Amino acid sequence: MPEKFDVIVVGAGPAGTACALVCAQQGLNVMLIERGEYPGSKNVMGGVLYRKQLEDLIPDFWKEAPLERPIIEQRFWMMDKESVVSFGYKGLEWGVEPYNNFTVLRAQFDQWFAKKAVEAGALLVNETVVKECIVENGKVVGVRTDRPDGDLYADVVVLADGVNSLLGKQLGFHKEHRPDEVALTAMEVINLPKEKINDRFNLEDNQGCTIEIFGDSTQGNLGTAFLYTNKDSLNIGVGTTLSSMIKAKLKPYDLLDYLKNHPMVSPLLAGGESAEYLAHLIPEGGFRSVPKVVGDGVVVVGDAASLVNAIHREGSNMAMASGKMAAEAIVKAKTRNDFSASGLNSYREALYNSFIMKDLEKYKDAAHTFEKYPQYFKEYVPMMNKAASKFFTVDGTPKREKQKQIMKSVTAERGTIRVLQDMYRAWKAVK
Amino acid sequence: MSTKTIEEKQYLLRFKCDTKSHLTVLNHDICMTSCPDKLCTVFCPAEVYKWEGTRMQVGYEGCHECGSCRIGCPHENIKWEYPKGGHGIVFRLA
Repeated sequence: MPEKFDVIVVGAGPAGTACALVCAQQGLNVMLIERGEYPGSKNVMGGVLYRKQLEDLIPDFWKEAPLERPIIEQRFWMMDKESVVSFGYKGLEWGVEPYNNFTVLRAQFDQWFAKKAVEAGALLVNETVVKECIVENGKVVGVRTDRPDGDLYADVVVLADGVNSLLGKQLGFHKEHRPDEVALTAMEVINLPKEKINDRFNLEDNQGCTIEIFGDSTQGNLGTAFLYTNKDSLNIGVGTTLSSMIKAKLKPYDLLDYLKNHPMVSPLLAGGESAEYLAHLIPEGGFRSVPKVVGDGVVVVGDAASLVNAIHREGSNMAMASGKMAAEAIVKAKTRNDFSASGLNSYREALYNSFIMKDLEKYKDAAHTFEKYPQYFKEYVPMMNKAASKFFTVDGTPKREKQKQIMKSVTAERGTIRVLQDMYRAWKAVK
Repeated sequence: MSTKTIEEKQYLLRFKCDTKSHLTVLNHDICMTSCPDKLCTVFCPAEVYKWEGTRMQVGYEGCHECGSCRIGCPHENIKWEYPKGGHGIVFRLA
């Protein structure tokens, strides 16, 4: 008789581990399967982890989790070739409990998080690939792994298998991603002494800063770059939609090196030592790319369900929240012993009533708009830079005259009506 | 030193290579006859794919397992699997 679990979770990232943790806490018999050597060994993230959704799972986690720095400042750069228009927010309230968010290094964080699920009673098995879901009479009843005699059975299988989710495709929950639904991101971890980081970013030891960089960071393509402070390293990365990368024939590592050598960026990295290079896809298709998330004996969570808010760089928090919601639905299904799609549907309801789907719905047209109308990144960012340069250069021209000249140059470049159309379209996409 | 080339970047990584490729170009003729741009050789973040005049060389050993080639191949000509459990890339940091 093959072994049977209450729940098998495929993938020990934030979504899968959150789900396994809550299921185990509720006394369910949980197996958590990870294909990597250890949780986090296949995972990549720019590095921002939001506090709230993890706190809902592990109160006061910041007292023990391997975190880098609490983020007290978030900057946004609209970057041109030799200039940048920047704005941001720095607040000391983010530097004290309960904090807002942290930078983390995922290979360390994920191991710690998975350990929490194990302590709650989940069984973690590393170095195991789930090749397919075992389906009987239209119902998922288990998984086939690449281990000898590797069939495992469960009442519910949780697909937390990440952006590529081959299992979701096997079940027909979603088709292959289109190249405009995923962002290809390449990043480096660059070691730099703590004192240098503190000086360059104007920080104390336990304070962090994030910079999101638009415009020339992607050479005008749809995407963003980021520079985040860890304790004694920096994470720098850049990504665009795969479709943009294809269209512009960009090599991700060339884009990364372009960013690292950019005159606005390179002084911040100077003297740093590259420690790791990582590439990954981010499922940025948004609301319309979210697949079916519940089936008979199966639920889909995290990146596998495209639960990423690209505009607000939220993903791991949504992963954790979705994992928790799925676990609660599984626990409920267990009390009624009904693991059918309708028995598990409270997960879907919870997900759609939560901030996750509400936020994805809010931005459902954003990616499409910015992909279809490249002027926002290609033309407006340089225009903003030119305008700022003109306005702040003191040359004897009266300010009102300067304003007129700036408006004129903007409308001359794009045409008044097109500028108004662009503004309205952008507002509509993010309102 | 901060890396300057993809070779230097890849050198920073740890791989536990399987003996068998998890990436398969299904039909090299398609690359030759129907794919003038050979996009996988451009956007692959690890330079896994190299065109050798008549066939596509697949350096699966350096793969980041991101999935871009599977999604981005205009001819759906790449069979993409995960490496055997515990094999492939091993990220140590981020």
